Amino acid sequence: MLDELRPALIVAQRETRDQLRDWRIIFPVLGLTVFFPFLMNFTAEQALNFVRQYGASIIGERMVPFLLMIVGFFPISVSMVIALESFVGEKERGSIEPLLDTPLKDWQLYLGKLLSSTVPPLIASAMGMSVYIAGLVRSGIPLPEAPLLLQIISLTVVQAVLMVSGAVVVSTQTTSVRAANLLASFIIIPVALLIQAESVIMFWGDYNTLWLVVVAVVLLTFLLVRVGLAHFQREQLLGREIDVLNIRWAVKLLWNGFRGEARSIDAWYRKTLWPTLQRLALPVLMVAVLLVISVGLGWTQVERFNLHANDITSPESIKENLLTLTEAAPLGDFGLVLTIFWQNLRALGIALLLGMITFGILGMLPSMLTLGIMGYLMGVLAQRGFSAGLYFAGFILPHGLLEIPAVVLATAAVLRMGAILATPTPDRTFMEVWLACLADWFKVMIGLVIPLLFAAAMVEAWFTPQVAIWMMR
Amino acid sequence: MMILAERLTKKFDEFTAVNEVSFEVAAGQVLVILGPNGAGKTTTVRMLTSILRPTSGRAAVAGYDVVRDADKVRASVGVLTENHGLYGRMSADEYLDFFGQLYRLDRPTRLSRIEKYLDQFGLSGARQKRLGEFSKGMRQKLALVRALLHEPPVLLLDEPTSAMDPESARVVREAIESLRSADRAIVLCTHNLTEAEELADRVAIIRRGRIVQQGTLPELRALEGPPVFEARLAAPLNGWDGSLPDGAGLLERGDSWLRYRTTAPEQTNPALLGSLLAQNLPVLALQELPHSLEQVYLKVMQRAAGEDNHAG
Repeated sequence: MLDELRPALIVAQRETRDQLRDWRIIFPVLGLTVFFPFLMNFTAEQALNFVRQYGASIIGERMVPFLLMIVGFFPISVSMVIALESFVGEKERGSIEPLLDTPLKDWQLYLGKLLSSTVPPLIASAMGMSVYIAGLVRSGIPLPEAPLLLQIISLTVVQAVLMVSGAVVVSTQTTSVRAANLLASFIIIPVALLIQAESVIMFWGDYNTLWLVVVAVVLLTFLLVRVGLAHFQREQLLGREIDVLNIRWAVKLLWNGFRGEARSIDAWYRKTLWPTLQRLALPVLMVAVLLVISVGLGWTQVERFNLHANDITSPESIKENLLTLTEAAPLGDFGLVLTIFWQNLRALGIALLLGMITFGILGMLPSMLTLGIMGYLMGVLAQRGFSAGLYFAGFILPHGLLEIPAVVLATAAVLRMGAILATPTPDRTFMEVWLACLADWFKVMIGLVIPLLFAAAMVEAWFTPQVAIWMMR
Repeated sequence: MMILAERLTKKFDEFTAVNEVSFEVAAGQVLVILGPNGAGKTTTVRMLTSILRPTSGRAAVAGYDVVRDADKVRASVGVLTENHGLYGRMSADEYLDFFGQLYRLDRPTRLSRIEKYLDQFGLSGARQKRLGEFSKGMRQKLALVRALLHEPPVLLLDEPTSAMDPESARVVREAIESLRSADRAIVLCTHNLTEAEELADRVAIIRRGRIVQQGTLPELRALEGPPVFEARLAAPLNGWDGSLPDGAGLLERGDSWLRYRTTAPEQTNPALLGSLLAQNLPVLALQELPHSLEQVYLKVMQRAAGEDNHAG
């Protein structure tokens, strides 16, 4: 194994040495690791003194770990430039081809570049944090507790690897440093938002949630590295000279993927959709399991988030609401049907968008949240002494028989998209794989999910309230 | 065969960069690929180094398939790329040591070969110099050293002397000749026809991704038709009766020289010589004018362009 790793380490060593010889890299990083922490020390000291005057020392105390995170993060953000140009920069300078001609395996080259882009910023980050902590000790400012300190360091490390991994992926998929820098916004903006969310959690003092963030970022980083490795192709680096938006080609590929070999609707269902559904078997199973877990998790939140409005769950008020609903949506009236249909379709569209940027993971979120809320309501009813089974059979099952399979299918298609994107495809480009997955999603949506959702919306608007009223008698 | 390409094709979307190219190179042979810029030379070389995957056809280098055994192919090939791509902040020593490590050479081998090749190409004095300070020719020589460092059985050289002064180019040509003698199979892409004539065992002329002509130098020259001879006289041709022996055709004449083409020089030349002497025209020299590769190349290209226009 070490023998296999050696070439990657040789590449990493060379690149790191090259970075250390470039004053344009060294000076900003040194500035951020040595001088910036002093500024943050000063800021922390002033902030603590200021808020103490008003008896709000907790704000100052919470600010100390937050500034530690910022001190650790800044050198990484600067060093991201190195990662962004790791492949494409070499391509522009013409030095990548001799490297590609060597017997280095793709993963060795990729790992070497990844290491050389990750390790120096991490060292810089650790240096910065050390200087900051030393400054706190010197100024007599209490250090954050050990678990929190560990949490901040973990967060900084995983965020660094996340950003660098993303930047290396960008670097392999673009044809110029300029394009890579433009695309860097897709890394910087989400990470900046993430840091804002983390800071809110940190000021709130919910440190358990911060561990969840660490786990989520680790997972995302792992996927990014996997995607980078899966789609790193020597040919891609040298085969393309310019980034062209070829809409005609993309539409053609999408259409061919959608239609398959079929020449009629019947043949399309048999020859195109059916094999796609077969490929979705495992993701469907996974989504189904996760949705059942979501219902369970929702149920367990009843104790934590107590619903005080008793009248909402009184049988009379439920019955009254149901009667109003039946009057508002009489049989044959499509107003409510379309509203429900559009709502569900929109949720699945959002799932697709979230899934596309997170390799399928957040694509699960809308359906898991919905099922979680359902589980929670069932829990609330059970707490009030009602039958949760009755609620499920009367309020959910009639339309759920159509809607839940539709949601599971659509979510499974998104999940599979993420998994496929993280799988090596040596004979296809990233874009080709992505378009093929998108075509699969459209197939499932148009062939099954949309008809099912529409039918479910009709049942939900016209029949579910009737069934529920009947069951509540 | 050390290099074998069979109907090798590479398409980028709808553009065909290399179209059914086939050739063979044995150990100790130099194949020169001639062609204008964009003809597909670099793409062919990149397929032979397993960087680009052929769309169709197959190729084997040193017995390894370029698709299935990519790593082994790359270990068996030394490549001089069009862009030398040196790392400007490294010294020549560091640079070669880095590549030596990637080719898994042990330290003593690396050191001895670095010394040997830097010395051979006259770069010993610059081994500690940063590559960013190297001249174009020095960079090209160093890139060639990089390609030779692991002493591969196959060499793919793209324009090896393009940026060099005549003296350095001579050193490189001699090196290529000695590598041929050492049984290396060499593919050389060049625009330099003199270099091609000097080094080639076989020549492949490539145009728009297709090999339009291929063969040994005599085979290619034969395409130009029967040999051309030139007779130079010590006196003006004024007194010449203008007659040529049967089988010879006059091409050009000057004040004191004439050129003719003949299919049977063994009969025509003595007859012409006798006739000129009989007319008191003293002959200074009678020699064959070999068809130059340039003539052949231009003719082949012209013919190929004509065929394309006809087909279009």
